[in-house]
Amino acid sequence: MELFPPLMAIESLECGDEVRFQGVVYTARDAAHKRLVKLLEQGEELPFPAKGAVIYYVGPCPAKPGEIVGSAGPTTSSRMDDLTLPLLEAGIKGMIGKGERSEKVITGIKKHKAVYFAALGGAGALLARCIKHMELIAYPELGPEAVYKLEVVDFPAIVAIDARGRSIYQEGRKQYQAGGMLHG
Amino acid sequence: MALISTRHIKEAVYDMCKNSNYNLPADVSEAMLAASRQEKSSLGKQVLAQLVENSHLAREQNIALCQDTGMIVVFLEIGQEVSLTGQAIEEAINEGVRSAYQDSFFRNSIVHDPLIRDNTNDNTPAVVHYKIVPGDTVKIVVSPKGFGSENMSALRMLKPSQGLDGVKAFVLETISTAGGNPCPPMIIGVGIGGTMEKVALLAKEALMRPINQDHILPHVASLEHELLAEINKLGIGPQGFGGSVSALGVNIEVYPTHIAGLPVAVNVSCHVTRHQQRILAPKNGGDLL
Repeated sequence: MELFPPLMAIESLECGDEVRFQGVVYTARDAAHKRLVKLLEQGEELPFPAKGAVIYYVGPCPAKPGEIVGSAGPTTSSRMDDLTLPLLEAGIKGMIGKGERSEKVITGIKKHKAVYFAALGGAGALLARCIKHMELIAYPELGPEAVYKLEVVDFPAIVAIDARGRSIYQEGRKQYQAGGMLHG
Repeated sequence: MALISTRHIKEAVYDMCKNSNYNLPADVSEAMLAASRQEKSSLGKQVLAQLVENSHLAREQNIALCQDTGMIVVFLEIGQEVSLTGQAIEEAINEGVRSAYQDSFFRNSIVHDPLIRDNTNDNTPAVVHYKIVPGDTVKIVVSPKGFGSENMSALRMLKPSQGLDGVKAFVLETISTAGGNPCPPMIIGVGIGGTMEKVALLAKEALMRPINQDHILPHVASLEHELLAEINKLGIGPQGFGGSVSALGVNIEVYPTHIAGLPVAVNVSCHVTRHQQRILAPKNGGDLL
Protein backbone atom coordinates (compact mmCIF):
# COMPACT_ATOMS: atom_id res chain seq x y z
CA MET A 1 0.00 0.00 0.00
CA GLU A 2 1.18 3.53 -0.76
CA LEU A 3 1.08 6.23 1.89
CA PHE A 4 1.19 9.94 1.14
CA PRO A 5 2.01 12.02 4.25
CA PRO A 6 0.54 13.95 5.97
CA LEU A 7 -1.36 10.86 7.09
CA MET A 8 -5.08 11.08 7.78
CA ALA A 9 -7.18 8.01 8.53
CA ILE A 10 -4.77 5.11 8.89
CA GLU A 11 -6.83 2.84 11.15
CA SER A 12 -7.20 0.35 8.32
CA LEU A 13 -3.45 -0.40 8.35
CA GLU A 14 -2.70 -3.67 10.06
CA CYS A 15 0.40 -4.93 11.81
CA GLY A 16 2.52 -6.74 9.22
CA ASP A 17 1.27 -4.73 6.22
CA GLU A 18 3.93 -3.63 3.77
CA VAL A 19 3.77 0.05 2.84
CA ARG A 20 5.69 2.48 0.65
CA PHE A 21 5.96 6.13 1.59
CA GLN A 22 5.65 8.76 -1.12
CA GLY A 23 6.30 12.35 -0.10
CA VAL A 24 7.56 14.17 2.97
CA VAL A 25 8.89 12.71 6.21
CA TYR A 26 10.86 14.61 8.88
CA THR A 27 13.99 13.29 10.57
CA ALA A 28 14.44 13.48 14.34
CA ARG A 29 16.40 11.30 16.73
CA ASP A 30 17.68 11.57 20.32
CA ALA A 31 18.92 15.16 20.63
CA ALA A 32 16.27 16.63 18.30
CA HIS A 33 13.50 14.89 20.26
CA LYS A 34 14.66 16.59 23.45
CA ARG A 35 14.42 19.97 21.75
CA LEU A 36 11.09 19.31 20.03
CA VAL A 37 9.49 18.21 23.30
CA LYS A 38 10.88 21.28 25.06
CA LEU A 39 9.28 23.50 22.40
CA LEU A 40 5.92 21.84 22.99
CA GLU A 41 6.27 22.19 26.77
CA GLN A 42 6.87 25.92 26.30
CA GLY A 43 3.68 26.11 24.24
CA GLU A 44 5.53 26.73 20.99
CA GLU A 45 5.01 25.22 17.55
CA LEU A 46 7.17 22.48 16.06
CA PRO A 47 9.51 23.58 13.22
CA PHE A 48 7.30 21.60 10.77
CA PRO A 49 3.52 21.09 10.43
CA ALA A 50 2.71 18.48 13.07
CA LYS A 51 -0.75 17.42 11.92
CA GLY A 52 -0.47 14.00 10.30
CA ALA A 53 3.31 14.28 10.04
CA VAL A 54 5.63 11.29 9.84
CA ILE A 55 8.87 11.30 11.82
CA TYR A 56 11.77 9.12 10.68
CA TYR A 57 14.25 8.20 13.41
CA VAL A 58 17.48 8.55 11.46
CA GLY A 59 20.86 10.23 11.61
CA PRO A 60 22.15 9.87 8.06
CA CYS A 61 25.72 9.86 6.83
CA PRO A 62 26.59 13.16 5.11
CA ALA A 63 26.09 13.37 1.33
CA LYS A 64 29.10 12.93 -0.90
CA PRO A 65 29.56 15.80 -3.38
CA GLY A 66 26.79 15.68 -5.98
CA GLU A 67 24.67 13.26 -3.97
CA ILE A 68 21.52 13.84 -1.91
CA VAL A 69 22.35 11.90 1.25
CA GLY A 70 24.64 9.18 2.54
CA SER A 71 23.60 5.90 4.14
CA ALA A 72 20.25 6.51 5.89
CA GLY A 73 18.65 3.58 7.73
CA PRO A 74 16.53 3.73 10.90
CA THR A 75 17.93 3.96 14.42
CA THR A 76 16.61 2.15 17.53
CA SER A 77 13.21 3.66 18.34
CA SER A 78 13.05 2.74 22.03
CA ARG A 79 15.49 5.54 22.84
CA MET A 80 12.73 7.96 21.82
CA ASP A 81 10.04 6.21 23.91
CA ASP A 82 10.10 8.69 26.79
CA LEU A 83 9.80 11.64 24.38
CA THR A 84 7.13 10.26 22.06
CA LEU A 85 3.81 11.03 23.79
CA PRO A 86 4.03 14.86 23.54
CA LEU A 87 4.65 14.52 19.80
CA LEU A 88 1.64 12.23 19.36
CA GLU A 89 -0.44 14.77 21.28
CA ALA A 90 0.81 17.47 18.91
CA GLY A 91 -0.61 15.52 15.96
CA ILE A 92 2.19 13.28 14.70
CA LYS A 93 0.57 10.25 13.03
CA GLY A 94 3.48 8.12 11.94
CA MET A 95 6.88 7.13 13.24
CA ILE A 96 9.48 5.16 11.29
CA GLY A 97 12.25 3.40 13.16
CA LYS A 98 13.39 -0.05 14.20
CA GLY A 99 12.79 -2.26 17.20
CA GLU A 100 10.21 -2.53 19.94
CA ARG A 101 8.31 0.30 21.71
CA SER A 102 7.32 0.66 25.36
CA GLU A 103 3.83 -0.09 26.68
CA LYS A 104 3.39 3.65 27.25
CA VAL A 105 4.08 4.38 23.58
CA ILE A 106 1.74 1.58 22.45
CA THR A 107 -1.02 3.06 24.63
CA GLY A 108 -0.32 6.49 23.08
CA ILE A 109 -0.45 5.02 19.58
CA LYS A 110 -3.88 3.53 20.31
CA LYS A 111 -5.19 6.72 21.90
CA HIS A 112 -4.08 8.95 19.02
CA LYS A 113 -4.79 6.42 16.26
CA ALA A 114 -1.21 6.66 15.07
CA VAL A 115 1.00 3.99 13.50
CA TYR A 116 4.58 2.90 14.14
CA PHE A 117 6.43 1.65 11.07
CA ALA A 118 9.63 -0.40 10.94
CA ALA A 119 12.16 0.25 8.22
CA LEU A 120 15.05 -2.12 7.55
CA GLY A 121 17.74 -1.63 10.19
CA GLY A 122 21.21 -1.89 8.71
CA ALA A 123 20.03 -1.26 5.15
CA GLY A 124 21.18 2.35 5.01
CA ALA A 125 22.61 2.10 1.51
CA LEU A 126 19.37 0.66 0.11
CA LEU A 127 17.09 3.15 1.89
CA ALA A 128 19.20 6.18 0.88
CA ARG A 129 18.20 5.49 -2.73
CA CYS A 130 14.57 6.29 -1.85
CA ILE A 131 15.45 9.79 -0.62
CA LYS A 132 15.14 12.27 -3.47
CA HIS A 133 15.50 15.57 -1.65
CA MET A 134 16.84 16.67 1.73
CA GLU A 135 16.44 20.07 3.35
CA LEU A 136 17.65 21.27 6.74
CA ILE A 137 14.71 22.44 8.89
CA ALA A 138 16.13 22.98 12.37
CA TYR A 139 19.10 22.60 14.71
CA PRO A 140 22.04 22.55 12.24
CA GLU A 141 24.41 22.45 15.23
CA LEU A 142 23.23 18.90 15.93
CA GLY A 143 24.93 17.65 12.75
CA PRO A 144 23.60 14.16 11.95
CA GLU A 145 20.93 14.69 14.62
CA ALA A 146 19.48 17.86 13.05
CA VAL A 147 15.89 17.92 11.77
CA TYR A 148 15.66 17.45 7.99
CA LYS A 149 12.72 17.42 5.63
CA LEU A 150 13.09 14.40 3.35
CA GLU A 151 11.19 13.75 0.16
CA VAL A 152 10.98 10.04 -0.39
CA VAL A 153 9.81 7.83 -3.23
CA ASP A 154 8.88 4.18 -2.71
CA PHE A 155 10.39 4.18 0.78
CA PRO A 156 9.59 0.67 2.11
CA ALA A 157 8.39 -0.04 5.64
CA ILE A 158 6.32 -2.56 7.60
CA VAL A 159 3.44 -1.66 9.90
CA ALA A 160 5.07 -2.68 13.19
CA ILE A 161 2.44 -1.38 15.64
CA ASP A 162 -0.99 -0.55 14.25
CA ALA A 163 -3.57 1.91 15.59
CA ARG A 164 -5.15 -0.88 17.64
CA GLY A 165 -1.84 -1.53 19.37
CA ARG A 166 -1.03 -4.85 17.75
CA SER A 167 2.75 -5.31 17.52
CA ILE A 168 4.62 -7.38 14.96
CA TYR A 169 7.42 -7.84 17.49
CA GLN A 170 5.09 -9.60 19.92
CA GLU A 171 3.00 -11.51 17.39
CA GLY A 172 5.84 -12.51 15.06
CA ARG A 173 7.93 -13.82 17.89
CA LYS A 174 5.10 -15.87 19.40
CA GLN A 175 4.51 -17.50 16.05
CA TYR A 176 8.10 -18.69 15.66
CA GLN A 177 9.05 -19.50 19.26
CA ALA A 178 10.18 -23.10 19.32
CA GLY A 179 10.35 -24.05 22.97
CA GLY A 180 13.97 -24.35 24.03
CA MET A 181 15.70 -23.61 27.32
CA LEU A 182 14.14 -20.20 27.92
CA HIS A 183 10.57 -20.99 26.88
CA GLY A 184 10.56 -24.77 27.19
CA MET B 1 64.97 -5.34 16.65
CA ALA B 2 62.41 -4.36 14.03
CA LEU B 3 61.45 -0.75 13.41
CA ILE B 4 57.92 -0.05 12.27
CA SER B 5 56.79 3.50 11.63
CA THR B 6 53.45 4.54 13.08
CA ARG B 7 52.81 6.18 9.70
CA HIS B 8 52.20 2.68 8.33
CA ILE B 9 49.82 1.96 11.18
CA LYS B 10 47.97 5.21 10.42
CA GLU B 11 47.66 4.25 6.74
CA ALA B 12 46.45 0.77 7.62
CA VAL B 13 43.83 2.17 10.02
CA TYR B 14 42.71 4.61 7.31
CA ASP B 15 42.24 1.85 4.73
CA MET B 16 40.50 -0.50 7.12
CA CYS B 17 38.08 2.18 8.40
CA LYS B 18 37.01 2.80 4.80
CA ASN B 19 36.91 -0.78 3.60
CA SER B 20 35.12 -2.19 6.62
CA ASN B 21 32.24 0.26 6.24
CA TYR B 22 31.74 -0.72 2.57
CA ASN B 23 32.48 -4.45 2.63
CA LEU B 24 30.79 -7.03 4.79
CA PRO B 25 33.31 -9.71 5.86
CA ALA B 26 33.07 -12.92 3.77
CA ASP B 27 31.96 -15.06 6.73
CA VAL B 28 29.03 -12.73 7.47
CA SER B 29 28.02 -12.50 3.78
CA GLU B 30 27.99 -16.29 3.50
CA ALA B 31 26.00 -16.64 6.69
CA MET B 32 23.42 -14.13 5.44
CA LEU B 33 22.96 -16.09 2.22
CA ALA B 34 22.60 -19.35 4.13
CA ALA B 35 20.13 -17.66 6.51
CA SER B 36 17.97 -16.45 3.63
CA ARG B 37 17.64 -20.07 2.51
CA GLN B 38 16.94 -21.43 6.02
CA GLU B 39 14.52 -18.77 7.27
CA LYS B 40 10.97 -20.12 7.69
CA SER B 41 9.09 -16.82 7.73
CA SER B 42 8.36 -15.40 4.28
CA LEU B 43 8.66 -11.82 5.58
CA GLY B 44 11.94 -12.82 7.23
CA LYS B 45 13.20 -14.27 3.94
CA GLN B 46 12.27 -11.06 2.16
CA VAL B 47 14.07 -8.98 4.81
CA LEU B 48 17.22 -11.09 4.49
CA ALA B 49 17.17 -10.76 0.71
CA GLN B 50 16.98 -6.97 1.04
CA LEU B 51 19.84 -6.94 3.53
CA VAL B 52 21.96 -8.97 1.12
CA GLU B 53 21.05 -6.49 -1.63
CA ASN B 54 22.08 -3.66 0.70
CA SER B 55 25.51 -5.22 1.17
CA HIS B 56 25.98 -5.58 -2.59
CA LEU B 57 24.98 -1.97 -3.15
CA ALA B 58 27.36 -0.77 -0.43
CA ARG B 59 30.25 -2.74 -1.92
CA GLU B 60 29.64 -1.76 -5.53
CA GLN B 61 28.89 1.91 -5.02
CA ASN B 62 30.99 2.69 -1.94
CA ILE B 63 28.04 3.63 0.26
CA ALA B 64 28.32 2.90 3.97
CA LEU B 65 26.55 -0.41 4.77
CA CYS B 66 24.82 1.31 7.68
CA GLN B 67 24.50 4.99 8.55
CA ASP B 68 25.87 4.09 11.98
CA THR B 69 29.47 3.96 10.88
CA GLY B 70 30.25 3.25 14.50
CA MET B 71 32.85 3.90 17.11
CA ILE B 72 36.19 2.56 15.93
CA VAL B 73 37.62 -0.21 18.07
CA VAL B 74 41.26 -1.10 17.38
CA PHE B 75 43.10 -4.17 18.62
CA LEU B 76 46.87 -3.86 18.32
CA GLU B 77 49.13 -6.83 18.87
CA ILE B 78 52.65 -5.51 18.99
CA GLY B 79 55.54 -7.94 18.74
CA GLN B 80 57.96 -7.42 21.62
CA GLU B 81 60.85 -7.16 19.18
CA VAL B 82 59.21 -4.17 17.48
CA SER B 83 60.10 -0.59 18.17
CA LEU B 84 57.52 1.89 16.93
CA THR B 85 58.94 5.02 15.35
CA GLY B 86 57.48 8.39 14.42
CA GLN B 87 54.29 9.99 15.69
CA ALA B 88 52.77 8.83 18.99
CA ILE B 89 50.82 5.63 18.30
CA GLU B 90 47.42 6.76 19.55
CA GLU B 91 47.67 10.06 17.64
CA ALA B 92 48.55 8.14 14.48
CA ILE B 93 45.55 5.83 14.91
CA ASN B 94 43.18 8.74 15.49
CA GLU B 95 44.55 10.59 12.47
CA GLY B 96 43.85 7.52 10.36
CA VAL B 97 40.28 7.39 11.66
CA ARG B 98 39.73 11.13 11.21
CA SER B 99 40.94 11.21 7.58
CA ALA B 100 39.00 8.08 6.63
CA TYR B 101 35.73 9.45 8.04
CA GLN B 102 36.20 12.86 6.45
CA ASP B 103 37.24 11.53 3.04
CA SER B 104 34.46 8.94 2.93
CA PHE B 105 31.63 11.16 4.27
CA PHE B 106 30.92 8.71 7.06
CA ARG B 107 28.81 9.88 9.98
CA ASN B 108 30.56 11.38 12.97
CA SER B 109 29.02 9.56 15.90
CA ILE B 110 31.37 10.31 18.79
CA VAL B 111 30.65 12.76 21.61
CA HIS B 112 33.64 14.13 23.51
CA ASP B 113 32.14 14.01 26.97
CA PRO B 114 29.57 11.31 27.76
CA LEU B 115 27.60 13.71 29.97
CA ILE B 116 27.93 17.01 28.09
CA ARG B 117 27.60 15.14 24.75
CA ASP B 118 29.39 17.50 22.37
CA ASN B 119 30.21 15.84 19.01
CA THR B 120 33.94 15.68 18.25
CA ASN B 121 32.99 16.07 14.55
CA ASP B 122 35.69 13.71 13.31
CA ASN B 123 34.62 10.37 14.81
CA THR B 124 37.65 10.25 17.10
CA PRO B 125 38.89 9.06 19.47
CA ALA B 126 38.98 5.34 18.74
CA VAL B 127 38.96 2.79 21.56
CA VAL B 128 42.38 1.11 21.39
CA HIS B 129 43.40 -2.16 23.05
CA TYR B 130 47.08 -3.06 23.12
CA LYS B 131 48.66 -6.45 23.59
CA ILE B 132 52.38 -7.18 23.65
CA VAL B 133 53.11 -10.54 22.04
CA PRO B 134 56.22 -12.45 20.94
CA GLY B 135 57.55 -11.64 17.47
CA ASP B 136 58.53 -8.78 15.21
CA THR B 137 55.21 -7.85 13.58
CA VAL B 138 52.28 -5.60 14.40
CA LYS B 139 48.77 -7.00 13.92
CA ILE B 140 46.02 -4.41 13.60
CA VAL B 141 42.33 -5.20 13.80
CA VAL B 142 39.89 -2.38 13.04
CA SER B 143 36.20 -2.72 13.82
CA PRO B 144 33.58 0.05 13.52
CA LYS B 145 31.01 -0.83 16.22
CA GLY B 146 27.43 0.35 15.87
CA PHE B 147 25.56 1.24 19.02
CA GLY B 148 22.10 -0.08 18.20
CA SER B 149 23.53 -3.46 19.08
CA GLU B 150 26.24 -2.30 21.52
CA ASN B 151 23.46 -0.90 23.74
CA MET B 152 21.91 -4.36 24.06
CA SER B 153 25.08 -5.87 25.56
CA ALA B 154 25.31 -6.94 29.20
CA LEU B 155 27.71 -8.20 31.83
CA ARG B 156 26.99 -10.22 34.95
CA MET B 157 29.16 -11.60 37.72
CA LEU B 158 27.65 -15.07 38.25
CA LYS B 159 28.28 -17.34 41.22
CA PRO B 160 30.42 -20.39 40.44
CA SER B 161 27.53 -22.55 41.67
CA GLN B 162 25.39 -21.23 38.78
CA GLY B 163 27.86 -22.94 36.44
CA LEU B 164 27.24 -23.73 32.80
CA ASP B 165 23.44 -23.52 33.16
CA GLY B 166 23.76 -20.05 34.65
CA VAL B 167 25.94 -18.93 31.74
CA LYS B 168 23.44 -20.22 29.18
CA ALA B 169 20.49 -18.64 30.98
CA PHE B 170 22.21 -15.24 31.16
CA VAL B 171 23.14 -15.26 27.47
CA LEU B 172 19.60 -16.25 26.43
CA GLU B 173 18.01 -13.71 28.76
CA THR B 174 20.22 -10.95 27.30
CA ILE B 175 19.35 -11.86 23.71
CA SER B 176 15.66 -12.29 24.49
CA THR B 177 15.56 -8.81 26.06
CA ALA B 178 17.44 -7.35 23.09
CA GLY B 179 14.73 -8.75 20.77
CA GLY B 180 14.34 -6.80 17.57
CA ASN B 181 16.40 -3.80 18.70
CA PRO B 182 19.95 -4.74 17.65
CA CYS B 183 19.08 -5.38 13.96
CA PRO B 184 18.83 -9.16 13.94
CA PRO B 185 20.07 -11.53 12.66
CA MET B 186 22.66 -10.85 15.34
CA ILE B 187 26.21 -12.01 15.93
CA ILE B 188 26.94 -12.67 19.58
CA GLY B 189 30.32 -12.37 21.31
CA VAL B 190 30.50 -13.99 24.73
CA GLY B 191 33.29 -13.68 27.28
CA ILE B 192 33.54 -16.11 30.19
CA GLY B 193 36.07 -15.81 33.01
CA GLY B 194 38.80 -13.37 34.00
CA THR B 195 37.81 -10.29 35.96
CA MET B 196 35.08 -7.71 35.36
CA GLU B 197 37.01 -5.70 32.74
CA LYS B 198 38.70 -8.75 31.22
CA VAL B 199 35.42 -10.52 30.50
CA ALA B 200 34.06 -7.50 28.61
CA LEU B 201 37.19 -7.44 26.47
CA LEU B 202 36.88 -11.20 25.80
CA ALA B 203 33.35 -10.68 24.52
CA LYS B 204 34.54 -7.97 22.13
CA GLU B 205 37.48 -10.13 20.99
CA ALA B 206 35.05 -12.97 20.33
CA LEU B 207 33.27 -10.74 17.78
CA MET B 208 36.53 -10.34 15.83
CA ARG B 209 36.72 -14.07 15.01
CA PRO B 210 35.01 -15.23 11.80
CA ILE B 211 31.70 -16.89 12.69
CA ASN B 212 32.49 -19.95 10.59
CA GLN B 213 35.46 -20.72 12.83
CA ASP B 214 34.83 -22.69 16.03
CA HIS B 215 36.66 -22.14 19.29
CA ILE B 216 39.73 -24.33 19.56
CA LEU B 217 38.49 -26.03 22.77
CA PRO B 218 35.84 -28.67 21.98
CA HIS B 219 33.63 -27.95 25.03
CA VAL B 220 33.62 -24.22 24.22
CA ALA B 221 32.88 -24.90 20.54
CA SER B 222 29.98 -27.13 21.51
CA LEU B 223 28.61 -24.37 23.77
CA GLU B 224 28.84 -21.96 20.80
CA HIS B 225 26.70 -24.30 18.72
CA GLU B 226 24.24 -25.00 21.52
CA LEU B 227 23.70 -21.30 22.28
CA LEU B 228 23.21 -20.48 18.59
CA ALA B 229 20.53 -23.17 18.33
CA GLU B 230 18.84 -21.94 21.53
CA ILE B 231 18.90 -18.29 20.38
CA ASN B 232 17.27 -19.30 17.11
CA LYS B 233 14.45 -20.95 19.09
CA LEU B 234 13.53 -17.58 20.61
CA GLY B 235 11.56 -16.68 17.47
CA ILE B 236 12.92 -13.11 17.21
CA GLY B 237 13.71 -13.51 13.52
CA PRO B 238 15.19 -11.06 11.00
CA GLN B 239 14.57 -7.47 12.23
CA GLY B 240 12.53 -8.89 15.11
CA PHE B 241 9.50 -9.53 12.88
CA GLY B 242 9.44 -13.19 13.94
CA GLY B 243 11.33 -16.04 12.35
CA SER B 244 13.70 -18.94 12.71
CA VAL B 245 16.98 -17.04 12.18
CA SER B 246 17.67 -14.64 15.04
CA ALA B 247 21.46 -15.00 15.11
CA LEU B 248 24.10 -15.94 12.54
CA GLY B 249 26.76 -16.98 14.98
CA VAL B 250 27.90 -17.18 18.60
CA ASN B 251 31.60 -16.84 19.37
CA ILE B 252 32.95 -17.43 22.86
CA GLU B 253 36.30 -16.58 24.42
CA VAL B 254 37.34 -17.90 27.83
CA TYR B 255 40.02 -17.02 30.38
CA PRO B 256 41.02 -18.38 33.81
CA THR B 257 39.11 -16.82 36.68
CA HIS B 258 38.96 -16.64 40.48
CA ILE B 259 37.66 -19.50 42.66
CA ALA B 260 34.87 -17.16 43.83
CA GLY B 261 33.73 -15.92 40.45
CA LEU B 262 32.13 -16.67 37.09
CA PRO B 263 32.07 -13.44 35.08
CA VAL B 264 30.04 -13.51 31.85
CA ALA B 265 29.78 -10.75 29.25
CA VAL B 266 27.54 -10.72 26.17
CA ASN B 267 28.52 -8.30 23.43
CA VAL B 268 25.70 -8.04 20.91
CA SER B 269 26.42 -7.19 17.29
CA CYS B 270 24.17 -6.79 14.26
CA HIS B 271 24.10 -8.33 10.78
CA VAL B 272 26.53 -5.54 9.82
CA THR B 273 29.38 -6.89 11.95
CA ARG B 274 32.41 -5.17 10.46
CA HIS B 275 36.05 -5.94 11.04
CA GLN B 276 39.27 -6.10 9.07
CA GLN B 277 42.81 -7.00 9.98
CA ARG B 278 46.28 -6.43 8.65
CA ILE B 279 49.74 -7.55 9.74
CA LEU B 280 52.66 -5.17 9.36
CA ALA B 281 56.01 -6.93 9.15
CA PRO B 282 59.31 -5.09 8.99
CA LYS B 283 59.46 -5.83 5.26
CA ASN B 284 56.09 -4.25 4.46
CA GLY B 285 55.67 -1.72 7.20
CA GLY B 286 59.05 -0.86 8.58
CA ASP B 287 62.76 -1.55 8.44
CA LEU B 288 64.69 -4.38 10.01
CA LEU B 289 67.44 -3.04 12.22
